Amino acid sequence: MTRPLLRSPRKNPILRTRLPTLPPSARSRVALGLTAAAARGRFELQVCRDCGTVQYPPREACRACLSARLDWRAQDGTGELVSETTLRHSHELFFRERMPWRLGLVKLDSGPLIVAHLHGDCAAPPSRVRVRAHLDRAGQAALVALPDKDTPHMADDRELRELTCDPKFRKVLVTDAKTPLGRVLVEALVAAGADLVWAGEAEPWKRPPGYERIKALPQVAIVPLDVTNSRAVKELAGEIGGRIDILINTADHHRNFGIAARDGVETARAEMDVNYFGLLRLAQEFAPALRARGADGQSSAVAWVNVLSVFALSNFPPHGTYSASQAAALSLSQCLRAELAPAGVRVVNVFPGPIDDEWSQTLPPPKIAPVRLAADIVAALRGGAEDVYPGDVAEDWLNRWRDNPKALERELAAMPQP
Amino acid sequence: MSDTVLSRLIAELAGGRIRVVDLTQTLSPDFPQIVLPPEMGQAWPFRIEEASRYDARGPGWYWNNFSCSEHTGTHFDAPIHWISGRHLPDNATDTIAADKFVAPACVLDCSRQAAADADFLLTVDFLRQWERRHGRIAPGSWVLMRTDWSKRTDPVAYQNIDETGQHTPGPNTDAVRFLVEERGVLGFGSEAIGTDAGQAFHLKPPYPCHYYMHGSGRFGLQCLTNLDLLPPVGAVLIAAPLKIKEGSGSPLRVLALVPQTAPASAAPRAARKAIKRSSVRKRRK
Repeated sequence: MTRPLLRSPRKNPILRTRLPTLPPSARSRVALGLTAAAARGRFELQVCRDCGTVQYPPREACRACLSARLDWRAQDGTGELVSETTLRHSHELFFRERMPWRLGLVKLDSGPLIVAHLHGDCAAPPSRVRVRAHLDRAGQAALVALPDKDTPHMADDRELRELTCDPKFRKVLVTDAKTPLGRVLVEALVAAGADLVWAGEAEPWKRPPGYERIKALPQVAIVPLDVTNSRAVKELAGEIGGRIDILINTADHHRNFGIAARDGVETARAEMDVNYFGLLRLAQEFAPALRARGADGQSSAVAWVNVLSVFALSNFPPHGTYSASQAAALSLSQCLRAELAPAGVRVVNVFPGPIDDEWSQTLPPPKIAPVRLAADIVAALRGGAEDVYPGDVAEDWLNRWRDNPKALERELAAMPQP
Repeated sequence: MSDTVLSRLIAELAGGRIRVVDLTQTLSPDFPQIVLPPEMGQAWPFRIEEASRYDARGPGWYWNNFSCSEHTGTHFDAPIHWISGRHLPDNATDTIAADKFVAPACVLDCSRQAAADADFLLTVDFLRQWERRHGRIAPGSWVLMRTDWSKRTDPVAYQNIDETGQHTPGPNTDAVRFLVEERGVLGFGSEAIGTDAGQAFHLKPPYPCHYYMHGSGRFGLQCLTNLDLLPPVGAVLIAAPLKIKEGSGSPLRVLALVPQTAPASAAPRAARKAIKRSSVRKRRK
């Protein structure tokens, strides 16, 4: 039974903050297939199109028939733990600092025998387990065996917590708490056990409905933050940057215009100023402190979440300039991900379809409700993914884009202008 | 230097018998900007980005690039700003005659009324009563509405917005027409974010101060401060907007020359104290 996590005692200020180290991260290009799936929260293995063999580790050819026709297919991960061991020595700094470490051999029902990190609640072998692919602190796929049924407090397991970004007992900055998403996300983080949620507030003279409610929560501190104001971003980073464990950028400027429907560049510029330059300003001021705290104890800095849009993948012409700003933000987030990687801080990009808010009012349903999106963001932090496509529309667009980007471009161009 | 008007002015300034009062709010990213419905084009707030600060980007110097609207902070409204003034000659910041930028000011103290009612509207009655005490408003004067609104240093209180919009004082339609048509004023100035009242959209016509002032070639000044340091009459304003080509307005530094022997409320001691205060006043960081 997992011992529930306790709030860690205050940090001893005379001790040096431990620097982040990473688990081994070198992978072959083929093996990155596992990472690509784990990045979306999926466990996929190569399956031979000719003989049906499921194989692990990933290889260039089928281990049974040498065919090169291998497809990555989703696995349910069920299997049997056949043996376990507890590591008490390692030459890898990352594991050396986290001894003892439990590992197991799992015979998957689909065939392969794999090595996995072993959750503390997995019964001694032989026992049934579920294998999941999580991104580890190095951003590479790592396989973890969980007990076949959920157990109390299982998210608090020490090894699992090294593979997740659970907000429990962590301090979170939500950059814009006034958006429909921001308001409910703050509440969801509090419900998920966050120690403290800083709720960023721009233009304090505007009070959207429902906003007063979050101000009343004891875990919430309202902080002045307008991502278009470089000085305000710098000032806030100076004040609280060194305490933030998770930063969630909800700042968003969304108008629904293509090129022809709006004269001038003012709207597009405002979108870029918030969605692209806002992210850049935040990254320049807040990322350095996060980088320094990637291994700062039980509640270390772990994640940076960007709430983007599925329009970042392919331009949605009725919201054309907004799509362009999202594409810019997506590109920048990849730079941020590369720069935060050495610290083990995960950059999670969330790509919702249209949100059920005022700026997507005229789009037909289905639209994702802010409260559902907030729940998906919290779930993503508790999981092991870095690219999240919440809701049916986002999932559908992603699949169409992965299948044939040009086809999606044509389909979006043919959609009626609202 | 021979004895001329200007040499005497310089001597008066040097001797402290004429003081320079700054009526300008600090241009800061935290100063609120006008709020319009979000689907409309917006006025940029003041923003500033460091170009270098004695560092790798410029080893020996510090400088910034800034951006803002023509209507950010303490600013000047030119007639071309409003649809009613769009066809007038010399109606933009680059074509207004420069001699218009130095003019006497009449200061109407509405601070008590504005404190009691954020939606206070200045009336013709109020103007006539003021004239009975301080004399007729001279043609070519600025008329400044003192409300002490600038003392609301919390941006939330300054904006004073609720579900029905903004609540700030301003003139009613008749008062504006009286000032334009019967007194021939140069323009109207206010401490709030607009020359018109916060609820002026509901007046007839909407935004009467903008409509009639600019429609007859007059100007506006808004987001003024330190109007409580000015005498009802006797001060001279220096208010020159940036020479923006076809500019509809511009942030500017508004200075008042105030004689220390000014009549009525501005006693020298109070004014000295206040002038000192004006130089250190600072909006919320």
